[in-house]
Amino acid sequence: MTTSLPPTTAAIRAPLSTIDAAPSPWKVVVRVASTVWSNGKARIGLVMLAVFILLAIFAPLIAPYGARETGFERSADGSAAHWLGTTAAGEDVLSQLLYGAQISIFVGLVAGLLSTIIAVLIGLSWGYVRGFGADVINFVVNLFLVIPGLPLMIVIAAYLSGGGIGMIIVVVVITGWAWGARVLRSQTQSLRSRDFVTAAVFSGERPFRIVFREILPNMTSLIVGNFFGAATAAILAEAGLEFLGLGDSTVVSWGTMLFWAQNSNALLTGQWALLFAPGLCIALLATSLTLINFGVDGISNPRLREGTKK
Amino acid sequence: MTSTTAAPRGVDGLAPTRPGPTDAAHAPSPIVTSLGFVARKLGLFALTLWAAVTVNFLLPRLMPGTPADAALAKLAQNGPVTEATKAAIEAQLGVPTGNIVEQYFAYLHQVVTLDFGISYTFYPQSVGELVSAALPYTLVLVGLVTVVAFILGTLLGVLAAWKRGTWLDSVPTLVGSFMSAFPYFWTALLLLFFAGYVLRLFPTSGAYGPTAQPNLSFEFFGDALYHGVLPALTILITSLGGWILGMRNTMISTLGDDYVTFAEANGLKPRTIALRYAARNAILPNLTSFGLALGGVVGGSILVEQVFGYPGIGYLLFNAVTNQDYPLMQALFLMITVSVLIANFLVDILYGVLDPRTRR
Repeated sequence: MTTSLPPTTAAIRAPLSTIDAAPSPWKVVVRVASTVWSNGKARIGLVMLAVFILLAIFAPLIAPYGARETGFERSADGSAAHWLGTTAAGEDVLSQLLYGAQISIFVGLVAGLLSTIIAVLIGLSWGYVRGFGADVINFVVNLFLVIPGLPLMIVIAAYLSGGGIGMIIVVVVITGWAWGARVLRSQTQSLRSRDFVTAAVFSGERPFRIVFREILPNMTSLIVGNFFGAATAAILAEAGLEFLGLGDSTVVSWGTMLFWAQNSNALLTGQWALLFAPGLCIALLATSLTLINFGVDGISNPRLREGTKK
Repeated sequence: MTSTTAAPRGVDGLAPTRPGPTDAAHAPSPIVTSLGFVARKLGLFALTLWAAVTVNFLLPRLMPGTPADAALAKLAQNGPVTEATKAAIEAQLGVPTGNIVEQYFAYLHQVVTLDFGISYTFYPQSVGELVSAALPYTLVLVGLVTVVAFILGTLLGVLAAWKRGTWLDSVPTLVGSFMSAFPYFWTALLLLFFAGYVLRLFPTSGAYGPTAQPNLSFEFFGDALYHGVLPALTILITSLGGWILGMRNTMISTLGDDYVTFAEANGLKPRTIALRYAARNAILPNLTSFGLALGGVVGGSILVEQVFGYPGIGYLLFNAVTNQDYPLMQALFLMITVSVLIANFLVDILYGVLDPRTRR
């Protein structure tokens, strides 16, 4: 028995060391993408998102008119020349809709990415450290959490009136990262009392490595989910601010379309396409991100992948 | 900017409260430990309260332009303003004078005595009068709907996670995720358009009819209820999905835990496992959100209130912002922030009670 032990451990150690070398980032991305794609709902979401991105990129080619091209009949209903009618200022609704996709997708991706990065960095270290350090982070995060998002956005937007898209992204990130940090912190707190973390501590790993190499991969689902959640929130917040007339109302986006629709009494004139279409696009874009989130469950828990019944 | 200036001071201020909890952490008695936990949370709460009050003071001062300029610019639209009028107006509106330290102490005095001066827009009404007139509408409408949405959504979420893969899972989650992706104001606009303008089922704006007088009669309550249906429906439709999905997702990850498998292996009834084992742990993140949502009730639902012209706090804030009514804006923002802060503190305490691991 004692003689057979050394070869056995050597045999175990050989494959372990190859596993220990972390897979390349590209491999991780491909693996995550294929896991998400394998989920039926997420596949629908990915296709919807791809359609929106393509429409946004090729808007200048697809759109029948310019976004701000005026001079058509005002407040017209749908016709062969203007499928979705025209606005009260005589602009083509369909063209505005296509160009508007650019703003929403851009704001969603950029603001979602920025707030997720901040949320991961702060949430994980917050969940891992204890004592005074945790108190300090708790203090800062609480400060950001207690200041309610929409009112803060509105107040800042009021002070910086006409700040444009950049201002909206900054405001959305400032108000958006703390939620994710809090969720990731709770998960880190419960993971850090697991055996594998204790084992890593005893094997002498540094806290930085434990947090970002041992704990983080177990939370990939939450982090990816947080990104899509933050992007959805950013898209809705941007539309809401523009609808209130607090953004730059000369930019053509889905939010400003609804702002002008309400201000030109589209409710009374019964122009349902002008009211219906921009909101539906916001809802569909946000839904596509939410649907993708269904496939995210399976990334860090293979048992939740579609087709594998427990 | 505001947080970086506030945070270092907060760290200094933390020092006096620290010895208590650290001592308590070493004490053997669990009662002392939880007392220390509460004391530490209370200290942090007081500190955060002070920081939030200070942020509210600094925010307008960090931004370009001063409240006084805005008020005077508004007056200047009606003709040239003489120096005497300017001084008189400033005194009347309570425009801050003196250096920033004096202003800060004057502001703290205002906060403590809840005296926020006179509104620029609704002159001569005081900010306090405006807020207390708007608050009941928001509290009843948004508060009630938030509680209903939380209870309904959480139950549906538990059901969806437990019956994963059946229609009880797919229907509520798909409908819920689609509904929560609706922009609030768009749902409001559509309901207003179809139920208000096309079908004429419900009134299109306000909290009560033009002839009604706010009082405690049944007629008024009926009228207010009738006016509240569309805003309430909007908030319910858009918030329900979030509760369902939040509960379902955490519940699913809880169901993957070993102790659930162990409970299954022990032959416990599925309902017992779902409710007493998995849901009890999975509800924690949802409870946090619920606490914050309750705190957020005071802020109303700005977009919904704006679409329906509902005279709550959100609509008041919208009016304050569009009219650059700084005293009103500052008071509302402070009130909204402080209520979320209190709710957050209570949730923290509750979290410690429900999940002893976080107490350490």
